Amino acid sequence: MIKDITFGQYFPGDSIIHRLDPRMKLILIIAYIVLLFVADGLFSLLIGAAMAVVFYALSKLPWKLVIKCIKPIMPIIIFTAVLNVFFVEGDPIFEWKFISVSGKGVLTAVLMCIRIICLIAGSSLLTYTTTPIALTDGLERLLKPLQKIKVPVHELSMMMTIALRFIPTLIDETQKIMAAQKARGADMESGNIIQRAKALIPILIPLFVSAFRRADELALAMECRCYHGGEGRTRMKQLKLTAKDFGAALFVAGGFAAIIFMNMFGPEVFRL
Amino acid sequence: MSKKSFIEANSISFSYPAYDDVIPPLVLDGVSISIEEGEFVAVLGHNGSGKSTLAKHFNAILVPGEGEVSVNGIKTAEESRLFEIRQEVGMVFQNPDNQIVATIIEEDVAFALENLGVPPKEIRERVDDALKKVDMYEYRLHAPNQLSGGQKQRIAIAGIVAMRPKCVVLDEPTAMLDPKGRREVMETIKQLNKELGITVVIITHYMDEAAMCDRVAIVDDGKVIMDSTPREVFAKVDEIKKIGLDVPQVTELCHELKKEGFDLPDCVLTEEECVAALEKLLKGGENNG
Repeated sequence: MIKDITFGQYFPGDSIIHRLDPRMKLILIIAYIVLLFVADGLFSLLIGAAMAVVFYALSKLPWKLVIKCIKPIMPIIIFTAVLNVFFVEGDPIFEWKFISVSGKGVLTAVLMCIRIICLIAGSSLLTYTTTPIALTDGLERLLKPLQKIKVPVHELSMMMTIALRFIPTLIDETQKIMAAQKARGADMESGNIIQRAKALIPILIPLFVSAFRRADELALAMECRCYHGGEGRTRMKQLKLTAKDFGAALFVAGGFAAIIFMNMFGPEVFRL
Repeated sequence: MSKKSFIEANSISFSYPAYDDVIPPLVLDGVSISIEEGEFVAVLGHNGSGKSTLAKHFNAILVPGEGEVSVNGIKTAEESRLFEIRQEVGMVFQNPDNQIVATIIEEDVAFALENLGVPPKEIRERVDDALKKVDMYEYRLHAPNQLSGGQKQRIAIAGIVAMRPKCVVLDEPTAMLDPKGRREVMETIKQLNKELGITVVIITHYMDEAAMCDRVAIVDDGKVIMDSTPREVFAKVDEIKKIGLDVPQVTELCHELKKEGFDLPDCVLTEEECVAALEKLLKGGENNG
């Protein structure tokens, strides 16, 4: 059934990566992205790639997931690579009519590809191993300091939670409305793209009306349970950093140090 | 044995805000009702009679235009004590889907307590406790859309029970459920009243549910027109029929038989009573014949 689909790309599991604190995961992924851009040579970037491999191995997810997340951005990777190969100026190693390819161009292209792949693989690992709800929760707590400058952090995360909660409900409802419209002779499967888009209108309007009605009732139910925004609110589940979180942080910090070391003292070949 | 009156509505009137310059009709027209601690009250009335509006006055969702409502001595018009009132009088609605806020059952049950700023450890205890009371503890880590309607409604009840209210108002809690779900939910509600001593006000369309209560109030056209024990209320079969409501099936059966001249007791409420009465009648008939 369609409502059983897992929202987002979460893959359930019980690995050490799954059990990391979502806050730590968010911070580490940001650190990892920064790290990928700090690396300025092939060797230091390979350290970054190796880190991604280690994280995937620890998460015990099937390797084909890496391919799954890279696939949609393949055109971007190819496009970047081609641009870099032909348009980065340097000593030409290959010339034919007006096309010239420089060694620097090839190197930039290779580095860019590794960087993008690591970037996508790394951030996908976050969504693969963290439930949307844990992510929202982690984000709310991380952004809490922003409340001081009047960013509605709690409200945003409440909205996210409610959206996540109602996705299966609304999918269910859409199916019911579709069935009801079909029973009244609506034709949704034939015609060109414009006709099909038009056929969606009789589905979307009832869906919107019912969503508003639901929102109204939900607001009432929330009021009955004394909801009054984020002020003075406590949480049942407290997030706690444990040894494994600090271990992960140490690992990323180690990677960072190794890359900076490589940048400074590593071999001079394959550098930009 | 006069018990303390817990919710007291004193000749309240209410109408929804006007728009388009149309003067809105009074939804409640001078209603007075008092609900005592520990009571199990059913409120009946056909659609649009004002019964849901009345229920919304019990926990300060609505404030009367005229008259006043007090909950445990606190007037609902006092806005500063709103959360105190809502904590004492919880409310459960018809559609279980539209009451569940969180994506995990136990987090939903914790919602009210989180809002009230209860310390985390105490929330945990009260959530587990509430889930056990509605017999849904083993489902605490499920997602709401994995549960049946009856189970979802029990979760909604647990979310209220976790606040440890003195009174729960239920607005047609079984209207969207199948017979099995209805039975589950009614069992849970009865348990709240009998075992935990929580005052229950249930708005319902099902007469057999009303027959289970200690007291039945019938609202018609913004007024409380009957307010008594189910036995007394349902004895007036013709009057109830006149305002477009039903009586429990067994009551109606016996009433009709009695009209045809059979010797049956005045008001029969439950199936067991009905069976007993009919058996007695049939045996009596044999003896005579």
